[in-house]
This record gives sequence, structure tokens and C-alpha cells, in this order.
Amino acid sequence: MRKIYKLEDLDCANCAAKMEAAIKKIDGVEFASVNFLSQKLTIEADDVILNDILKKAAKAIKKIEPDCRIIF
Amino acid sequence: MSRKQKKVLVRIIVAAALCTVALMLPIDGLWKLLAFAVPYLIIGYDVLWGAIRNILHGQVFDEKFLMSVATIGAFAIKEYPEAAAVMLFYQIGELFQSIAVGKSRKSIAALMDIRPDYAVVTRDGEEITVSPEEVEIGEILIVKPGEKIPLDGEITDGHTTVNTAALTGESLPVDKAVGDKVISGSINLSGVIRLKAESRYEESTVSKILELVENAAEKKARAESFITRFARYYTPCVVIGAVLLAVVPPLFFSQDWSAWINRALIFLVVSCPCALVVSVPLSFFGGIGGASREGILIKGANYLEALSKIDTIVFDKTGTLTKGTFTVNEIHAENITKADLLSIAAAAESYSNHPVGESIIRAHGGKIDKNRIGEVKELAGMGLQANVDGKTYFVGNGALMDKVNADWQDCHLAGTVIHIAESNKYLGHIVINDEIKNDSKDAVLQLKSLGIKNTVMLTGDSESVAQNVGKAVGIDCIHSELLPAQKVEKVEELLSHGCKTAFVGDGINDAPVLSRADVGIAMGALGSDAAIESADIVLMDDKPSKLPRAIKIARKTMNIVRQNICFALAVKAIILILGAFGIANMWTAVFGDVGVMVLAILNAMRAMIKIK
Repeated sequence: MRKIYKLEDLDCANCAAKMEAAIKKIDGVEFASVNFLSQKLTIEADDVILNDILKKAAKAIKKIEPDCRIIF
Repeated sequence: MSRKQKKVLVRIIVAAALCTVALMLPIDGLWKLLAFAVPYLIIGYDVLWGAIRNILHGQVFDEKFLMSVATIGAFAIKEYPEAAAVMLFYQIGELFQSIAVGKSRKSIAALMDIRPDYAVVTRDGEEITVSPEEVEIGEILIVKPGEKIPLDGEITDGHTTVNTAALTGESLPVDKAVGDKVISGSINLSGVIRLKAESRYEESTVSKILELVENAAEKKARAESFITRFARYYTPCVVIGAVLLAVVPPLFFSQDWSAWINRALIFLVVSCPCALVVSVPLSFFGGIGGASREGILIKGANYLEALSKIDTIVFDKTGTLTKGTFTVNEIHAENITKADLLSIAAAAESYSNHPVGESIIRAHGGKIDKNRIGEVKELAGMGLQANVDGKTYFVGNGALMDKVNADWQDCHLAGTVIHIAESNKYLGHIVINDEIKNDSKDAVLQLKSLGIKNTVMLTGDSESVAQNVGKAVGIDCIHSELLPAQKVEKVEELLSHGCKTAFVGDGINDAPVLSRADVGIAMGALGSDAAIESADIVLMDDKPSKLPRAIKIARKTMNIVRQNICFALAVKAIILILGAFGIANMWTAVFGDVGVMVLAILNAMRAMIKIK
């Protein structure tokens, strides 16, 4: 399923691009996009593992921009 | 400004003031270092802290890290004012970016402010306010003047005027009465209406439009992907260049360390691709947002890019260039007045619900006295035999005239021709045409002045009708009597000749062609789900004149994107070269980083501004 989440305090456009690349590399992610302008994260993955993936995505985001968080 | 932004602003002002004072003080050595270190830390502590955290996370080419290295390096080679200034301007640039992006995000959100917040629904005789998602199909809603219509529906009570400007860009209000459909997201202007909900909120026009616009950013244009890929290589390359510059000449050619480190630091300052990474998507965002304000929905930056390159436009005829409704064009009467001929035809057709018959009744306008009409017989494939005012009339095609031995003649005008005879006496004929839209001709003219090389019209209609419409509108190339599959073939033929082809249709029956063309454009989409689904670009109303507008917006946006890419790359390249030869100093580098970004963002924000 495709899910869209809001990102808080995403302050840098280059970081958004890096996050997108990092999240795309997570196992099980079929599609990912981090939109700097609308401050939105879109993830497409199987429902069963979506929660797991979200945790990994949150971690990847934190690594690139420590202030930025996903709002569930 | 948000609180976070205000805090940064205060720090910028304090640091700038302290720097100015430090510049004027007649101090040297350690005192000077101290005098600049204080404002440097005030303005840069979070950057330094962020850099440390990022290194721990293994993010080496992060802009905070690069800025920290550049400024600490500047301190190390005793360029104190430069060090503080680089940090100061970096923060000014970041603040500006955050304000600019926030602002354009807000103004685009305001453009798309069509989301209804609530719906008033009657349940068990009571009016209750619920969120639009909770309304079921068939429930009766009440909408007061000034409110947004929450769901698509049919008016069951009351009459009003509605404003669809937010959806179509058309500011002229439309009258609506009982039985008329209204579209969610439009604004009820004058009267209280009750309407029966015809879709759930998720399937309503307004949520489809919002979804479309929100997802538009996902489909990236080639220019955008180019920038992301470029950014991935640019920073590491420049940093490696900086390291080589700092180490190689002093080590192997016994040059002065501090001069070469200074050159390396200039590299680090311009190593951030921020100007590009922010401004290119911002331009597309602005272009798509600005277009949607005019009722032009573009489903992705890639389609905006493709639209800007279009050189061939293929039109569907019915419903696209023409209104899709019939009107009486010409009356040729023999031995009878035109008014009488029309009156007879209207009377004969008065029970008809065929579009052609209806158009004759509409043209007649006045009331038809049903007492005049006797028996009416339908003659399949030919027309009607009707008793009007006690006389027998035949109303229909040429075959019918032959059958009754009337001395009829064909018309030189194209269109559907209805002949009328009183028993075997020929009275004349009425020419009926699908009306050409008022702005079709102007739209084609404008497209040509925009440099569109080839305009093509495809239709299933007869050759004569097609020629008539096509010539009136100014189409270059007309193909008639086509089956839907043949329309696809024609478009494929154009594509195979290398034409960048856009297809414009009304979204009904032409989904295959819409998806086959480089850019599929559906018009008159208000209320037609099929069109919204199958097209790449959706014109909310049915005006062909929106087409040149869309192309203008696309080209303007692409121009801005190109300007930004060229400008940012050129400036950075020049500074890198000058820096390597020791001609550029730290101040030029700050311009190359922050200045370029500010200019690129300002330029990108132009994409949102309406073109005259």
C-alpha cells in the first residue's frame, strides 16, 4: 500500500534527496519519495512489513537530519 | 516567520553587529581572534554541533560539516573576519531559503484552498454539521451562501449562483437551479440550496483534484532527476579537489601552506549544490501551482517538461473544438418564409428528443401550440411524417424527399441537412451544425504564434463536416471518418515521424489516444472522472484557449529551470576556477554559495506569478 506521511522540520533540500535515496534502499520498499516542498514522505510497501519499514525510515531520516521526524 | 526563524534572525542581527564592531576595533592577534570568535559562535554553534553529530553518523559531505571545516580552516590561517562572515552569510541564506520555501508552500496551498471543511446534512429532520467524509450517498445536504459545496450532487431545492473559480479559473458565476449538478469545491454564492449527495467524499471531484495536485511532485521531470544525480557527485568531487589543492602544491612543490589552504577553503564554501537542489523543484512546484489556479491541472513535473517541447497538437473535434451540441446554422426556404418553415419543422419535431430535433425546437424558440399538430409518424432512417395545421408534411433526409417525389436539392453547406416538403412540394431545408466553440479559432491562432508547427484534427464525423469545422478553426491537417482505433494509429504515425505530440480530447471515448500521445490533455473535466484519470494534463473547463495558456506556463517554468541550472553551474564553475588560481577570495565564494541560492530561489518564485 502507498502511504503518505508528513515530515516535521525538514529543513534542507539536499537532505531530502539523500533521505529519499536512503529509504529506497530499505528492503521491501517498492517506492519512496521525500518531497521537500510539500514536506511529505511517500512510502509504498507491503502492509505486513510497513511498520517495520517506517521504523527503519525514521532511523534513516534521523541520521541525515537529526531534527526531522515523521508524523504518524 | 516561525519562532525558529525569528530566533535565527535575532542571532544574525547580534552576530552582524558584533562583527561590525570587531572590524572597527584597532586590535590584533589573540584579541582579534577572540573578537570574531564570539559572533562566530553565536551564529554558528548549531552548525558546528550539527556537523559533529553528522560525522558521528558518517555523513561526511553534509553542508554543515563543509561549512564548519571551511570556517575553522579560515580561523586557522588567520582570516578571522572571513570566517565569521562565511558563517553569517550561510545562516542568512538558510533563513532566506526557509522563509521563501515556506511562503511559496503557503501561497500554493492557498491556491488550492478548495477542500471543504464540513458538510451540513439533514438526518431525521435535523440539521447536523459533520465532516464531508461522513456523508453517505443519497443524503440531503444544505449549503448556505458563502459556503463551499462539500460533495458532488444534484440540487433538490432552491436556486443559486455558484463560483467555480478555484476549480476552473473561470471567475464568472454560473446559475444553478433544481435538477442541476453542482461540483464539490465550488462556492455557493447567493441562495440556500439543498442537494442530494451523489458521491462519497473520497470519490468527489474535489478530493480527486487535491490528490492529483499533491501527487504531482512525485513524477519528477528529467531536469529534476539530473540535479539530484548531479548533486550526488558534485559535492564529493569538489571536496576531493579541495583536499588536493590544500595538500599537493605545498607538499610536492614547496608552496606556501596558508595560501593554498585558503584556495581549498573557497572550494569547500561553494561545494554545496543547494541553489540547484532547492530552486529546480521549487520552480516546478510554482509552475504546477500557478497552472492549477487557472484550472489547468498538471499531473507531474515531467508532463510540464514534455508540454513545453510540444510541436504538434492533435485535436478531437466533437466536444473539444466544437460544443458537442447542435444548433441551426442556416435556413433555405423556397416559396415560404424562413420563419414559417422553421415553425413547421419545429411543430413536426415537437415530440422529438433527438439532438437534431431538439436543436430545431430551440432555434424556433417560441411556444409550439400542440393543437396544431395531428398525427406524427416516424419513418425509420428517413425522418418524420407529421400532420400540422391539417396539412401533411415530410421532414427528414434526402431519401425521404425521393420517396415522396419532392423536387429537392442538396445544400452546399456542410452539416446535417433536414429537408421539408408539403406532400410532394419541396419547401426547403434547415442546416444543422455542431457549433464551434467561441475561442477555438483564437486558440489555434495563438498556438501557431507560439510556434506549434502542426495542428491536426481527428474525427469520426463525415468529410464535409470535418472540413467545414477544421477550415473555420484554422487546422492544418484534417482526418475524418475515423474509428477510435484509427485515431490511435494517426497519433502513432505522428509519433513515429518524431513529432512531439499532444492530444486534446474531452476524455470520453478517447482514453487510448490520451495515453498514447506524449502528452494527453483532457478538457471539460469538471464532473468527468474518466478524463481526470486518463489524461496527463486536465483542463477543468472546456475552453480550448486554456491550451496556449498551459503551454506558456510550461515554457516559462522550463525557462526558469534552465536559467537557474545554467546560472548556478556557471557561477560555481567560475568561482572554482578563479579560486584554484588564487584570484577569488572568500567573499566571492560566499556569493557563489549564498548569493546564487538567493537569486535562484527568487527566480524560481517567478514561476508562480501569473503570466499576462
